[in-house]
Amino acid sequence: MPNLIDLAEQSSLRENELKFTVGDTVDVHTRILEGDKQRIQIFTGVVIAMKGSGVRETFTVRRIVAGEGVERTFPLHSPKVADVKIKRHGRVRRAKLYYLRDRIGKATRLRERRAKKGEIETHG
Amino acid sequence: MAVGLLGRKIGMTQVYREGGQLVPVTVIEAGPCTVLQVRTAERDGYEAVQIGFDDLLSDKDKERPADQRNRNRASRSERGHVVALASKRQKARQEAGVESSPRPGCEPKRFVREFRTGDDGGKCQVGQELTVELFADVAHVDVVGTSKGRGTAGVMKRHNFHGQKASHGVKRVHRHAGSIGMSADPARVIKGTRMSGRYGNSQVTVRHLEVVRVDVASNTLLVHGAIPGPNGGYVLIRKTNKLG
Repeated sequence: MPNLIDLAEQSSLRENELKFTVGDTVDVHTRILEGDKQRIQIFTGVVIAMKGSGVRETFTVRRIVAGEGVERTFPLHSPKVADVKIKRHGRVRRAKLYYLRDRIGKATRLRERRAKKGEIETHG
Repeated sequence: MAVGLLGRKIGMTQVYREGGQLVPVTVIEAGPCTVLQVRTAERDGYEAVQIGFDDLLSDKDKERPADQRNRNRASRSERGHVVALASKRQKARQEAGVESSPRPGCEPKRFVREFRTGDDGGKCQVGQELTVELFADVAHVDVVGTSKGRGTAGVMKRHNFHGQKASHGVKRVHRHAGSIGMSADPARVIKGTRMSGRYGNSQVTVRHLEVVRVDVASNTLLVHGAIPGPNGGYVLIRKTNKLG
C-alpha cells in the first residue's frame, strides 16, 4: 500500500525545486496581499539554517536592518514564497550558522565559493 | 440519518490550501466499505444499514487469489455472516421454506458498525460498496473513535486539576487533588467526585470537522484538525449532525 500521508502531502510540495543551501546569500521573493492586489516583496540575507523535511521544511534568512539583526523563517514549500534567487554562495563548514548571531560588522562576512557543478550561477 | 463510512486513522500532516494557507489535517483511509445487512422496521424493528471495513484476513491470505484463501482468522460465525455456509440447520430451514437473508458475498470484515437510516430506507443494497465519494459534497463531518488508553492516570492528567504548589510547605503531594469533600456532615464522599483512575480507551466523538480533501483514487479523506485514537485506529465517519 502506498504511504497515504506522503500521497496527501504530494499536492502541497513545490513544483519548481529551489536550489540553495546554508551559507548562500539570497533574495526571497514573497507574495504579499494588499487589499485585493498582490505584489512581490523581497527579503535579502544569508540562509543560516534549513530545518525539517517534506512539506514541513523551512529555512531561516538573517540580515541586518538598521544595525539590528532580523531573521525570518519561511516554509520552503509555501506558495507565498514565489522564488528564491541566489546572489552569492558562501563557503561554510556548518549546517547551522547560529554563530553569526554573536558577530557584528565585518566578522559576519562569509568567504565566497565558486558554484559547484549543476548549481545555479549567482546573479548578484 | 444518512449512511456514513468506516475507516482507519493514518496520521496527521499539513497541506496548503488554494490561497497558500497551511492547515493541519488528519489523513483517514475511509472505505471502501461493504453493506453487510439492511435492517428493516418490519423484520428488525428499526431501520439501519450495517457496513463493514477491512478484510479479516492474514497478510498471506490477502496476497492469495480469492479462491485459495484459508480465512482461518475469521470464526465460522463471522464467515457465515457474509456468505451462506452449508449446515444442517441451513438445510432444515430451507426445507421448511424459510427464506434466508441475503448475503454480501465479500470477505469477513474486521470492523462492523450500523448506521440508523430512518424512514427513507437507506437506499442501500446488501453487497453494495460504499466509497469516500459519499463525502464529495459534504462540508463537515463527525468522527467517532476510541481514544488512546492511558491506564491509571492522576487527577491532573485525567480531569485537568491544577495540582498543588511546588513549595510553600507542600510535601510530596504536588500532583494530588486537594480536599475531596466536607467533614462530619455528610461524613461521606459525594458520588461522582472526580478522582484518579482509568483514563482513555473510551469512545470519543469530534464533531464538525471540515473536509479538506476527498481523494477517491486512494480512498483518503483529509479532515481539518485532530481525531481521537492512535494512528491505525478504526474510526466511524458521518456527515455532521451539528447545525450551522
